[in-house]
This record gives sequence, structure tokens and C-alpha cells, in this order.
Amino acid sequence: MTNHWVDLKNADAFLIMGSNAAEHHPISFKWVMQAKEKGAVVIHVDPKFSRTSARSSFHVPLRSGTDIAFLGGMIKYIVEKEKYFKDYVVEYTNASFIVNKDFSFNDGLFSGFDSQARKYDTKTWSFEMDETGVPKKDKTLQDPHCVFQLMKNHYSRYTPEKVSAITGVSPENLLKVYDAYSATGVGTKAGTVMYALGWTQHTVGVQNIRAACMVQLLLGNIGIPGGGVNALRGEPNVQGSTDHALLYNSIPGYLGTPVADWQTIADYNKANTPVSKDPKSANWWQNKPKYLASLLKGWYGEKATADNDFCYGLLPKVENGVDYSYMYLFDRMLQGKMRGGFIFGLNPMNSLANSNKARAAMDKLDWVVVSELHHSETTDNWRRPGVDSKKIKTEYFLLPSAHRIEKEGTVTNSGRWTLWHHKAIEPMGQAKPFGFMLVGLMNILRNKYLKQGGALPEALTHQDWPKTYVPEDWTKRINGFFLTDAKFGGKEYKKGQLVPTFGALAADGSTSSLCWVYTGSFTEEEGNKTKRRDAKQTPMQEKIGLFPNWAWCWPVNRRIIYNRASVDPTGKPWNPDKALIAWQDGKWVGDVPDGPWPPMADKDGKYPFIMQSMGFGALFGPGRVDGPFPEHYEPVETPVTSHPFSAQLSSPMYKSVSSELDKLAKPGDPAYPIVLTTYSLTEHWCGGGETRNVPNLLEAEPGLYVEMSQELAKEKGIQNGDGVIVENVRGRVEAIAMVTVRIRPFTVQGKTVHLIGMPFCYGWTTHKCGDATNRLTPSVADPNTTIYELKACLVNVQKAEKLTEIV
Amino acid sequence: MPKSFFIDTSRCIACRGCQIACKEWHELPANQTRQQGSHQNPPDLNPNNYKVLRFSEYLDGDTVRWLFFPDQCRHCQDPPCISVGGSLVDGAMIHDSQTGAVVYTEKTSKISEKDFENILSACPYNIPRRNPKTGRISKCDMCFDRVSHGLVPVCVKTCPTGAMNFGERKEILDMANARLAEVKKTFPKAMLADADSVSVVYLLTDDPQKYYKFSVAQNDSGMDRKMFFAQLFRPVRKSASSVLRG
Repeated sequence: MTNHWVDLKNADAFLIMGSNAAEHHPISFKWVMQAKEKGAVVIHVDPKFSRTSARSSFHVPLRSGTDIAFLGGMIKYIVEKEKYFKDYVVEYTNASFIVNKDFSFNDGLFSGFDSQARKYDTKTWSFEMDETGVPKKDKTLQDPHCVFQLMKNHYSRYTPEKVSAITGVSPENLLKVYDAYSATGVGTKAGTVMYALGWTQHTVGVQNIRAACMVQLLLGNIGIPGGGVNALRGEPNVQGSTDHALLYNSIPGYLGTPVADWQTIADYNKANTPVSKDPKSANWWQNKPKYLASLLKGWYGEKATADNDFCYGLLPKVENGVDYSYMYLFDRMLQGKMRGGFIFGLNPMNSLANSNKARAAMDKLDWVVVSELHHSETTDNWRRPGVDSKKIKTEYFLLPSAHRIEKEGTVTNSGRWTLWHHKAIEPMGQAKPFGFMLVGLMNILRNKYLKQGGALPEALTHQDWPKTYVPEDWTKRINGFFLTDAKFGGKEYKKGQLVPTFGALAADGSTSSLCWVYTGSFTEEEGNKTKRRDAKQTPMQEKIGLFPNWAWCWPVNRRIIYNRASVDPTGKPWNPDKALIAWQDGKWVGDVPDGPWPPMADKDGKYPFIMQSMGFGALFGPGRVDGPFPEHYEPVETPVTSHPFSAQLSSPMYKSVSSELDKLAKPGDPAYPIVLTTYSLTEHWCGGGETRNVPNLLEAEPGLYVEMSQELAKEKGIQNGDGVIVENVRGRVEAIAMVTVRIRPFTVQGKTVHLIGMPFCYGWTTHKCGDATNRLTPSVADPNTTIYELKACLVNVQKAEKLTEIV
Repeated sequence: MPKSFFIDTSRCIACRGCQIACKEWHELPANQTRQQGSHQNPPDLNPNNYKVLRFSEYLDGDTVRWLFFPDQCRHCQDPPCISVGGSLVDGAMIHDSQTGAVVYTEKTSKISEKDFENILSACPYNIPRRNPKTGRISKCDMCFDRVSHGLVPVCVKTCPTGAMNFGERKEILDMANARLAEVKKTFPKAMLADADSVSVVYLLTDDPQKYYKFSVAQNDSGMDRKMFFAQLFRPVRKSASSVLRG
């Protein structure tokens, strides 16, 4: 989240889209309800009427996978009706930038597309620079090549009629949402966007979110209380694990993973450190070399020196252009190209797309180590229904893991608050925390390399690695240390003392930090700030529910990021009633500002979007591989054969794999005319591996269901509570029909399109509760993130003669 | 001081935190349930569920209405169950004078099945349930143990949205009336269900029958003969704490 949970109460309008917040993040609705009671409009746009819809001001059903059409229509509306917050758009976004004259967009494709390679050459997606190397601007926004005019032209195609025809949303409902939400574009109102996996799990997932960012930038809703683009993260600690680089594409603190082309630290820094020639741009990422050097010092300690590139050479480098995400990982596994692996706290046999493929792929491994609370579809894959376990060669090792209440450490919530949690009880039996396992495992491997040698033993033996696992020691290592006596902020620090803030991190090896965004969380002055539970606040902070002394929030305890955009260029809040920061008597008050500099209009002032190299919010976003403006493309499996915006039916760049188990239905396939969307539910967590073992939760939601409209049920002769078969080219799943008024048929391009919805949390290890819904979902993915398209695919449904997976 | 609940269904998100927390606090075992085409599970109150979230949906013109009703004992001001069964077994069914809680103890297992049926039929809200194995009759006990230690009932404690509220009766009624006035602006049919006669006041936004048959009292129009006679022999109200703590 750019903002945080409590801040939701400051919103005047909510656009909840790609999220079922009340069911999946129930605590969010504490704050949503408070805002609603003060008069906020709560809009839920989602294929299904859910518990979120029930508490919203109104619900608008949308065919799954058409969010960009919907939001593109909103951008058109905001621009043409002049609903945008003009001062903000002109001053703080790149609306005025002049784009490369060779940039173009033609029939669904941006300039530079190579159809053979399915890839863009993005050199024309750039800005014209003046003689000093600063982007050329037209603050009147009239230049035909300025971002604003290109954007206006791009979305001129997204008329209510066309948007309605493809999304299945009536023109009246479109205008109702556009009108209500765009009313926040006045500077004194705030609109917030709440989204989750309903946006990310599409082949246009990143562009869904980009479209929301554009709406928010146009309305001046970023950096302000009650605003923001808020990815709802939850119990799986997605926020914390992303910060600490759980994914293959980054190393801690959002630094890119080294690739084979970058053999030296100089290569890495040259390729990754953005440059701005504009003195008013903070260009915060120019500090990246400091963060990388500090990270390497954190990893390799005294072995890391300037002379040896701080051991950068010991880091594994990924091959250029090779994708190591799950989709490709399991594809390589199926091809027999992997031998074994570790799985911690994850149930991929239930959670990944195309479970039949994932399950077959695991059979190709020699060994698997799984650390879990309970037996799951992953730990027990070798004895799953329909396979002869004697023929499975894979050896499974199970490490019983401690439950989160059986261990201490930090979790980072969706609002970037890092909170210490204490151990409530001792782990049962032989269960241990993951940290214990990893520290111990590494020590065993290090000892083996020390005694026996091997290829590049230094990669392990040079690491500054502890003998035992002590959680709070890691909290300190993450914060980082001074490694020589130093002076910072007028204060003397000794070698070995904690660094007070990331401003003190250096590129010369004199500091360490295992994740620069967390520097400042554990200091000499205040100790472990993740343990703070003080509700003290100033009257200004009290007005907007800002609690700076409660836990600690990255970066530097800044509760709302890009908060310099909440004030005008002279430092006066756009909305004085809900002021976030203000420039008073030569200093900032309120939240921790985005950098210490004076307001933008001051000669030393900076632009608010400090993480963007040019300092401006990106309406034109050249950083994504699939286009600088979001464009509507259909899901890969779509019930239509054309759409009104271009001849490019699906994303020209979506990722896919092509094993014999990766079949796809063709667009408009008459054999599979029904759209399936998948989701979580309140009572079970993710793949259900934990919660299906909690009897009271299983009592409340005991088995797999499929929600469908009364109209579809009638067409198929299905009664509520009947057993049904849902099937497609990849799989066949049994479920119980839940016939409901909460899902209704869509009218798409004049034809009826049915949509059904199923949770994905059930699996065969829980007695007769049903098995993986993901046996139906396809291995196709977003080109930026390789997140699977789990929210839209094609199926058919029929009444079951008899059920075997479910009672 | 008598206590009351205010259950604001206009704030309920049906997360069922209350239903689960109730089971956890009372250490009630899980029932074997089945998916039968509804989120409402278990489908009804039972000896292992003192609280069940009831779901009801319909199409109002083009608008979907989905109503959530966290069902539980109303702790009647003048409890018909006590009128009928209060004198059957000493210390089995108690109406606590301090809190207004209606509490059934283990001694209810000495009450016959026939007497239980009378107790159930006297209840205007169809609440009490009997465990056929032990004979014990059970229902929401207002978390009497928690409340007598100054805590709120666990369902209230766990509610994230302010749908479940608990406190001194007068304050709760003020809260309910203030909220009703506000909600009526959006839902003209909004009402407080039987506020004068129960300690658990529901705010309903729609026709009560759209929620659930027993969302409001179903047999308050006339007492049957058994209830009439039972009332004649009504025991004096006791302090439950004296009975429960022996």
C-alpha cells in the first residue's frame, strides 16, 4: 500500500476493484465502514456480488479480465469532462512531457513491436530532452506530442458504448462509477483504490494496476490521506517477503538480481543506477550503489572489501532473459531438468495454475524437502489419487515447521508497518522455525565445503553467518551497522553500532544493511522500533489517524509515501482539513516527508515522486515491457473472438509454456463457453493447507463449491446443492453447485456470457472436501511479472452423475 | 446493571469471526458439515454452535440484497424459557439479575426431553438446543465468565467492523437508536428488532422476514396454556453468580 489500513478512513470515495476486501482483508472494512458512515461512497466493481459488495454503496458486475477497458473508459471520462485535478497533473505528473516523435500506437500495438520475438524495442517510448538533458515540457498540455494529448487520444476509443459492449457493464453503471469516483479530483477530496489478486492474476496484471495509477494521478489522489493505490497484502506476509526479496528477480530492498552481463559491481551499478540531470529531481535510486555495497557487507562481512568488489563476484548471476518464476520452473521440472528442491510454507500442488501439470512435474524430481505445519497436497504428492505411489521415484523429506504463534520475529503489514510478534507457546514436537532450519542447513553446507572443498566454496564460506538462529540478531543485521567509527547527523558512532537511517549508508564498505528500506527500524537511540506500541500523536496526526510511534514503517517511518504530493508547490496542504505534511516556519510538520528538502517552489526544493528518476508521477510509463499506456487485451482464454479497441485480441506479449499438459481453448471455443474465475474465501487461507486442518474453519466452509447464476443453472438443469463437474481442456473438477443471485449473466457484444466462480483452497488430503480448482487454470502469465492468469479461463459445467472427490 | 448487545447488521461483513470465536471460547467441538449450496454452515444452531451466521439473498428489482444475521440467544428481559423451565431443576436455568444474562448450566441435563420441547416452543426465537447424548441444553451464555470479569463477550471482542457491541443497557439502547436514525436515511425499512423485550438488540435494514423467520419474535402474540401455568409458578430471579460460582 502507498498508504496504510487506518488511513482508509480518510477516503471520500473507494474504488474496490480486483479485490474482495471484506472477505479477504476483513480488518480493512473496519476503516471502510468508518469512512462510509461519514459519507464516503464505496464502489465495488467485481464479477461477483460478495460480502464486500453487500457493504458497499453499490456493486457493479464486470466480466473478469476487462478491467482496463473499464478504467480506460474512466480515464477518457476524467480527461474529457475535465474532472482531473489540474494543478497536480501539471506540476506533479509527466502529463506535460514531450514524447519521442517516433512513438506511435497502431491497432493495439505500440511502436517497436517485433512480432517474431513477441517483444518490443522500447527506444521510442522515451521523452524529448532539452539541451541540459531535462525532459521538454508543455505545461499548457496542448502540444500534440505531450503525454496528456497522447493519453487523451489513446483513450478516446474507450467510449461508454464500446466499454459496455466488452465488459458487460451497462452504460448507466459505467457513468455512475465514473461520476462518483472522479468527483475526488478537486484537491480537497480523496479517493482510494483497493486491489489485490483480482488485478495481478491476469496476463495484463501490471497494466491493470498502471491504469489505476493513471486514474489516481489524474485525480491527484496519490500521496494524500485517504488516497493511494493500495495493494492489499495480508497474513502470508507478502509485504515483508517482497521487501526481503522472496522472488527471483530481486535481491533485498528492491535491487535487481545480478544477471550474467553484470560481472562486476561496476557493471551492476552502471546498468542499474538511474541518472537525472534535473537538479530538482531527487532521483532517489541514484543511491543504489550504497545499498548494494551495504547489502554485500551484510552478507560477506569482513571478507567483503573494495578490492574484491565486496564479494559481488560470489553472487550467483541469472542468465540474461531467462525467467525463473514458477511457471517456467515447473515447466523445466516436467522436462526433467531439475533434480530436487526445498519448499517452505507453500502448497504449490494446490496454489499453482494447471495443478495436473505441477503434480506431474514434481514426480520428475529425485528429492523434495517440504517444511510445513501439516501434511498437504505438496508433502503427499507421491500418494495422490490416481497415481501408483510405487512408481513415484521422488524421495520426500518433511521438516515440521513451527506455527507463527510458536515463534518470534517481525511481520510487515500491508501498510509497510513492521511489527514484532512474540512467541505465544513453544513449538509442538520437533517443529522448528524456518530461520532455525536455514541457519542450521547453511552451517552444515559451510562445514562440508570447509572440510571437503568443492566448486567456489567461498560463496558459502565467506558469508558472515551465525552459529545459531537468534531472530532479533537478524532484525539488527537487516537494519545495518557502522563498520568503522563514523559521524552522522552531528553524532559520533563507534564501529559495530547500529546505523540510524539509510541516509547514513555508504558505497565504500563502511556500513552494512541486509535491506536498506528497513534501515532505521532498530537503532542505538530507540532500540527495536518494531516493538513500539505507543499511540501518541500530534493533533495534526490525530485528525488523519497517523500513529508514528506505533511499530515502525518503511521507509524512515513515512506512513504515506509520495507525501510531498499532498501539498502545493509552496508546501501548503491541498486539503487543510486532512493535512498530511505542511511547511511551517521553515520546517516540515506531520508525517515524515519524502526527503528533507524544502517545498518544490523553493530553489532547493524537489519534485514529489522521488523514486522516479525524473521526479514525476508517470501517466506515460515507459518502464513496463508491454506498453507505456495500458491497453485492453482479452484474457488468453476468452469467450469472444474480437473486441472493439483493436485487432490485437490478447496481449501481444503474454508469457506461456508449451508442454503437452499446457493446452489452451481457442477464443470463443464453443465447447467451453463459460468464464471461470477463481478466488480465496474468508475461512480458508491461500491453498488451504493450514486452515483445512482447523476443524472450526472446515466446519464453516467444508467443501468445494461453484457459484453460478440461476440462469446458467436452469440452462444446465442444475439445482442448488447438486454435485457438478467443471471441466476444460486441462482438467476436470467436482464441486457442489451454489446457485445464487449474486452472479448474473453478462451481455457481451450482444450475447449472453456466463461466468462462474470457485475457491482454490480445497485439496484431496482433507477427506472428501474436493480437490484443486487449479486443475482448470492455464499456465499463461503477465509479461512483466510472470504471474499466472488465474482469474479468467474457459470451462464448461454439467450436472454430475456421481461424485468421487467430494461428499 | 443490566447489560445488552447491539448487533448492527448494517455493519456486518459476515466474516463469521463471532461464530468461530464463540466456539473457541466455549471449547465446543466442530460438527461434521457438508457444502450444500450455501455459505451458511453449520446450517443451524446446535449444541456445538451457540452462534450461527445466517445468510439470506434475493433480488430486489435489479439490486442484489444479501442479508447477514448473526443469530444467538436474545437474553429476553422476561425470558419465556425460564418461565417454562426455570423451576424444573434447581440451578439449571438462571436469569441473572445483575447482567440480565439467561444462563443454562450443566444441570439442564436433568431436564427431560419433553420438558426441553416445551422450553424450545416457548422461545420466540427458536434458540435452545439439546445434546441428545448428554441431555444438556445449551445456547449463548453472554460469555458470563468473561462478563463477570469485566470483559466483553468474545463475539464482540472479535468483531472487526463494530457490528457487535456490548455494554450497559441504557447506553446500548442510545447507541442503537442513534444508529437507527442514521441508517433509516439509506434504508427506510430499518428497525430495531424487539428492542424493549430483549437484551440483544438487532438493527435490521430490511423486512425482518427477509433475514430469517425468527429474526423477530414469532410467538409473542399469545402464550399457550403451559406457559401461562408456568408463569404462575415463576421462580424469583436469582443472581446467577451465586448459583454458578456455588
